[in-house]
Amino acid sequence: MIGNGAVIAADVAPVLEPLTAATGIFAWIWLLIALPLVGAIVLLTTGRWTNRFGHFIGVATVVIAAILAIAMLIEMMGRPADARAFEQTLYSWVFAGQFQVDVAFQLDQLSMVFVLLITIVGSLIHIYSIGYMAHDPDRRRFFGFLNLFVAAMLLLVLADNYLLLYVGWEGVGLASFLLIGFWQYKPSASAAAKKAFVINRVGDVGLSLAIMLMFVTFGSVTFESVFSSAGEASDSTLTWIGLLLLLAAAGKSAQFPLQAWLLDAMEGPTPVSALIHAATMVTAGVYLIVRSNAIYDRTVFAATAVVVIGVITMIIGAIIGSAKDDIKKALAGSTMSQIGYMVLAAGLGPVGYVFAIFHLLTHGVFKANLFLSAGSVMHGMNNGVDMRRFGALRAVMMITFGAFMFGYLAIIGIPPFSGFYSKDKIILAAFEVNLIAGIAAVIAAGITGFYMTRMFTMTFLGKARWDDDAHPHESPAVMTIPLIVLAIGSLGLGASLYYWGDIVEWLAPVTGYESRPIAISTTLLELITLATVLIGVAIAVLMYGRSVPIQPPQKVSVLTTAARNNLYDDATNDIVAVRPTWYAARFLVWFDNRIVDGAVNASAAFVGGASGRLRRLQNGFTRSYALVMVIGVIVVFGVLALVGLS
Amino acid sequence: MTDVLTAPSIDYLALLPMIIVGVAAVVGVIVEAFIPRRARRGLQLTIVFAALVASLIILVSNAGIRVITGGLAIDGPSIFLQGLILVVSIVAAMLIAERSVDPAGDAFAPRVSSLPGSDEERELTRRGFAQTEVWPLMLFAVLGMMIFTAANDLLIMFIALEIMSLPLYLMVGMSRRRRLLSQEAALKYFVLGAFSSAFFIFGAALLYGYSASITLPGIAEALAAKPGESGLVIAGFALVVVGLLFKIGAVPFHQWVPDVYQGSPSPITGFMAAAVKVAAFGALLRFLYVAFGGTRWDWAPALWVVAIATMLLGSIVALTQTDIKRMLAYSSIAQAGFILVGVIATNPEGVAAVMFYLAAYGFATLGAFGVISLVREQSGGEATHLSKWAGLGRRSPLLAAILSLFMLSFAGIPLTSGFIGKFTVFEAAIIGDATPLVIVGVVASIIAAFFYIRVIVLMYFTEPGEDAPTVAVPSAFTTLAISVAAAVTVALGVLPQPVLDLVERADVFLR
Repeated sequence: MIGNGAVIAADVAPVLEPLTAATGIFAWIWLLIALPLVGAIVLLTTGRWTNRFGHFIGVATVVIAAILAIAMLIEMMGRPADARAFEQTLYSWVFAGQFQVDVAFQLDQLSMVFVLLITIVGSLIHIYSIGYMAHDPDRRRFFGFLNLFVAAMLLLVLADNYLLLYVGWEGVGLASFLLIGFWQYKPSASAAAKKAFVINRVGDVGLSLAIMLMFVTFGSVTFESVFSSAGEASDSTLTWIGLLLLLAAAGKSAQFPLQAWLLDAMEGPTPVSALIHAATMVTAGVYLIVRSNAIYDRTVFAATAVVVIGVITMIIGAIIGSAKDDIKKALAGSTMSQIGYMVLAAGLGPVGYVFAIFHLLTHGVFKANLFLSAGSVMHGMNNGVDMRRFGALRAVMMITFGAFMFGYLAIIGIPPFSGFYSKDKIILAAFEVNLIAGIAAVIAAGITGFYMTRMFTMTFLGKARWDDDAHPHESPAVMTIPLIVLAIGSLGLGASLYYWGDIVEWLAPVTGYESRPIAISTTLLELITLATVLIGVAIAVLMYGRSVPIQPPQKVSVLTTAARNNLYDDATNDIVAVRPTWYAARFLVWFDNRIVDGAVNASAAFVGGASGRLRRLQNGFTRSYALVMVIGVIVVFGVLALVGLS
Repeated sequence: MTDVLTAPSIDYLALLPMIIVGVAAVVGVIVEAFIPRRARRGLQLTIVFAALVASLIILVSNAGIRVITGGLAIDGPSIFLQGLILVVSIVAAMLIAERSVDPAGDAFAPRVSSLPGSDEERELTRRGFAQTEVWPLMLFAVLGMMIFTAANDLLIMFIALEIMSLPLYLMVGMSRRRRLLSQEAALKYFVLGAFSSAFFIFGAALLYGYSASITLPGIAEALAAKPGESGLVIAGFALVVVGLLFKIGAVPFHQWVPDVYQGSPSPITGFMAAAVKVAAFGALLRFLYVAFGGTRWDWAPALWVVAIATMLLGSIVALTQTDIKRMLAYSSIAQAGFILVGVIATNPEGVAAVMFYLAAYGFATLGAFGVISLVREQSGGEATHLSKWAGLGRRSPLLAAILSLFMLSFAGIPLTSGFIGKFTVFEAAIIGDATPLVIVGVVASIIAAFFYIRVIVLMYFTEPGEDAPTVAVPSAFTTLAISVAAAVTVALGVLPQPVLDLVERADVFLR
């Protein structure tokens, strides 16, 4: 058990401030979504004639949205804490009896930080993609999909009700499907896209069931009415809603047991990976849980489940990341693990919500940094991803090296890089609630130190193990400038958000916040964490610092083999889900062919036979027609007499 | 001590729509007698369309009138149904007026009295003779239908029945092609029609014997006043109802339908199928609801039997038909069964649903027969054998698409008028505690869907045969008629609410 129920269920839910109608600059909330959406529509429908400049449209829409978002942030910061939430109703969308849903947006402190992350990191990824996709014949389509992705994600975080959120949720799923399978001529890419889509559907079922349950329970699906009446619902109902939302979040955020799609999703172009892993998609699950804090605050069981899922994913992601030779897959394992941290934090309740979001923001920046750096490396290495064929790239791509190093230091949590602040807060919060979760978080931090150092060393340090035809070079400015911006973010975002931006106070009106005393001193805990990380770093340096064999060693421990196979998640899925479904489908086909069709054909034959006999009554003789009429009269008369007309 | 015979007060304005049609029919006869042959067609067309449109305009302006005058009840149902009869007749008149699809002229024999296959007939055909007697006949039939829906006493109802039927018997026998079949159909229709009329008038006499009244409200009063004396009522009711069920083609009084539908000229078949059904259901509704509304539970079982037999037999026997006109004849029997379900509901919803269904069915069936009249053998006659229709969708995609629309509407597929019609009828029946009937109706609909959709499959997914028919290019008349029918079929399926509102406002009978 995590914590004790009485504390978690205490009256810590944030006071629900009535939302202010959006005026001034906030009257333009809809434009945030409309811009990239229009971009997507234009790019995807105009055809070849926008090929030459289409990517500029794609970049412009997101950049303008980012500028608008920043302006909104400045405006919002100028207001008192209880007047920072705005709502905007566009039109009534569904009106079916009791079921009333508007297309309405809610921009509060939580949505705001998401909008900023999505639009700013999204802008940088868009700019970077101009260079990365320069030689791709389908670059216009790529930008159309990217815009669609951003638009869907913005809709997801700006919706003021669960149904509209669901639209964005599905939009994100669609866009990720299109982008992961962007190089659809590669069978592995289209398979990965399908896998991502199908596994996401499992989570989507959770969300749709949760929405239905909310409507049945509360009679509404708007955040405002669900959260304000959450206290009136029964415990079991709240627990079910919480678990269903967790299922949804696990699908989108690649949490155990729905994590299998994330590693395969690396088949998409690298900017897509950056977008999925940093600014959009995987953050949606965390957003959903944090947004639904009023529900999780009231259900210990569901909140505990969130923590358990987070911890499991945090550990297995880190283990998988430690064994991968493919730089993108290693980063994917890392994402899984880091999202695990956030989910863990979100499950801790008011102790953790703000730090889940805090880590989500810093991670969004440094993971984008790492992915785009990895993309830059691949760009220079003929799209190679095998780290055993890298090495010594420091000298030939200084900017990429520098950017990657900043991201590396940030993710392992070396002060004063941004990851240090956010991750430490989560570890601290975990200890405040539960000792096991806290220890797991520290261990995961140590593994993070190991796999990131391994990645860093194998790629940039040591001896060159390049392919013969590799001519590594630094990427063009359009790619390196976003890297530099992100590297600066990796360095400074944590401290500035924590000290200067006061993220805790900023988010507290939406998510609630409390701090609890713990047994050991905070400083000591930080030192222990840092030491654990350094141990991980040291092991990695010892193992990979001197030499790295080009062929992956075959005599390895059971754990390594398991990690190389993603801890057998595909095999598990196969046994648990794929094969049973396959057999069920076969059975149903048999049932359909034999039983259903058999019944249909038999009754059709019967009716046809009846038709053949009955038509003989129509013999063409007027006299027999008249006789049939007389019989009819007798029948009518008989029935009437039987019933007794009075 | 002189008996003063007071003339009944008559609301002539309320009767004006019928008077117009009646006068126009008489004028049409005079035109036939005195106007030279060449000038007749133009004049008759003018008279028919002017009379029908004028009658419709007066009727619409009368829409608010509720009065019983001279044995006729001018109320919601009668005004709606009379309007429907007029609109349907206008569309049917367009089909009847068509002269471009048959290479020999119109759909009618040049001189009906000439022997089939005689030299006289050949000579007349060679000289391009075309008769115009069909127009006054049609107007008389329309007049009879209009009175039939409004008749508030059994004698008026009987007279209206005959005014409606006699011209139809003649029109059925007028076909230009396959004249023997046509004349056989006319004779069968006439003999069986007379037979059923005899039932009707005998039943009316028995009911008069029971209630000492010939008016429907009078019968209702008598029923309320002296319950328990059942012999005369049962016999009278049964016989009158049989006379009415014959006209709507309900099983087992349906056997004339396939022969007559097949033998008649296609425009006349369309006119009968659409307009006669409206009139006959109007009369049946009024008879059951006004005179016997208080004894519903006594007569409903008998009609249940008839409705179930009608739906099932119509749908099942249609499966094995090979002639499209016969197939549509059985389809019309099945459809009559579905409409009967709404009649049995015995509630205002039922009246509204029946009226909506009649409108939906009327237009779709007119359109279908319009399309059938366009598909021609090499010899010039209609290609009615289903095998001839194979592959039509490739050569005439538009025509095939329009016929498919009507078939989908008959089958009750959503977004067509037929779906809304079936839905409202079944809904009314469920409200009226006739759920088992609805279940049978749905089963029959499933069976019926097969033969409707088979036509579509035949047109689109079957290779055309050797002797593929040609598709005639129609004049503006048929084009307009089919377009109107298709437009109404789609409009009532996509946006049914205005008409549903209309029938809901017109669903109360005047006693």
